[in-house]
Amino acid sequence: MPNRKDDMYGDHISHQFNDDLSSLKNDFLKMGGLVEQQTIDAVNALIDGDGQAADEIRARDKVVDKMEMDLDEEAIRLIARRQPAARDLRFVISVIKMVADLERVGDEAKKIAKFGLTLAEEGQAPRGYVEVRHIANHVTSMLHDALDAFSRLDAEQALRVMKEDKRVDEEYQAAARTLLTFMMEDSRSISRCMAVMWVLRALERVGDHACNIAENVIYMVEGEDVRHTPVEEAEKLVGR
Amino acid sequence: MNSINSTIPGDATMPEKAPLAVEDPVTEERRETVEIEEGKTVGIPFSDNPKFALRNVEVSYGDTRAIRNISLDIARNEVIAFIGPSGCGKSTFLRCLNRMNDSIDTCRVKGSLMLDGDDIYDPRRDVVELRARVGMVFQKPNPFPKSIYENVAYGPRIHGLANRKSDLDEIVESSLRKAGLWDEVKDRLDATATGMSGGQQQRLCIARAIAVSPEVILMDEPCSALDPIATAKVEELIAEMSESYTIVIVTHSMQQAARVSHRTAYFHLGHLVEVNETNKVFTAPEHELTESYITGRFG
Repeated sequence: MPNRKDDMYGDHISHQFNDDLSSLKNDFLKMGGLVEQQTIDAVNALIDGDGQAADEIRARDKVVDKMEMDLDEEAIRLIARRQPAARDLRFVISVIKMVADLERVGDEAKKIAKFGLTLAEEGQAPRGYVEVRHIANHVTSMLHDALDAFSRLDAEQALRVMKEDKRVDEEYQAAARTLLTFMMEDSRSISRCMAVMWVLRALERVGDHACNIAENVIYMVEGEDVRHTPVEEAEKLVGR
Repeated sequence: MNSINSTIPGDATMPEKAPLAVEDPVTEERRETVEIEEGKTVGIPFSDNPKFALRNVEVSYGDTRAIRNISLDIARNEVIAFIGPSGCGKSTFLRCLNRMNDSIDTCRVKGSLMLDGDDIYDPRRDVVELRARVGMVFQKPNPFPKSIYENVAYGPRIHGLANRKSDLDEIVESSLRKAGLWDEVKDRLDATATGMSGGQQQRLCIARAIAVSPEVILMDEPCSALDPIATAKVEELIAEMSESYTIVIVTHSMQQAARVSHRTAYFHLGHLVEVNETNKVFTAPEHELTESYITGRFG
């Protein structure tokens, strides 16, 4: 598999083509950065009980949605005008798919902000926030690493992100068990604990989307489709 | 069709010049960074059911080696596309398949070239019979300056495929039908062929090639002089013909190679760099040079 990382976007005879590909890449990373920040901010707003920040996050989701549509249009225009092939084609197709994942991450951030608002209004002693913070750190760093792998065309790193997903699932299970214990101890906490449970669920989904992005990065770089493939097998495909 | 110089118009008449004559600076630079191992082709160059079995083929014009140790099978009823930058040897290689290179004095062909297990370059082989089995369609339509009917009837007549007029009529009609031209010309078979549109002329040339019941049809950039609609018709025809014929097509349009072929072969400076399923070549080619070429990074 050709893997010349220096000229993924450049080096075409047509400079315009180079520019189109680079700007698609940069716009995608911009959207990735925003979505990552949205998730971090949403979790902070939740933990700090900051209702105003939560409102801002919900408003900013409109920007994310707009970016999704703009990126899709950019990608479609590129296909129509350039008929990209091989790695260029894989790049454009991967971007279209990963944009959908990013938009969903944005929605999860919005959801977290919404629960943040509800919980802030109730204003009782937080429960399960340790778990929230822990998983939030984990999945946002996965998202960051996946975007970084995209930026550096690093299939190995994408593979590491895929591996992390299993750990997030375990952490999510453990956190859910802890919250269940709280609910059994004190039935008045059930609605609050359920809200936190939904937040955990949203974070776990962020991890899944990071994982999807990582899979697309591997397809883009290596030309191997590793979706629905056990990580061990994906590892062999990447190592080839 | 026997005399290359009079029938192949334009640059198709030129023997592939020394590959090193390509002076694109990007290519020049690339040549230093990417090494091609002679005789080594990545992908799937061989077949279980070959129509052509070509081994260690070398072609040179005088001192210039145009084809360097290429081995390839072309499968029965396969459509295989040859792609590559100008001067890469793809047309030269194509023309070895029915000895169209014979008329170029300085051209030497070495290696083993078998058609159904028989040596194409056996000195005792009847070249006219070979070219009836392995027909050819050229870059620019080149109908004879005769009637539409005569264009198609000429081959079967000289090859003695039809004794009676009614047999000949039948061959003409069925060939024109296969070429998707019958409905357009059935009322004016006596009209001169050169009055047809370019797309019609090219399909007439395909009908003419089909008329002698060939097994293989070689196409050297058959659509480069045609508009998109005529091109689509010819491509449609290629898809239909692949049921009964083996088709080898040289094309500069990568989209065309992607559309019509089962396998794609990438030539570079006289080397056969990669042969793979067309789907693979256009989504995830194995060789770096193939990738650079089809993504428009040089060529």
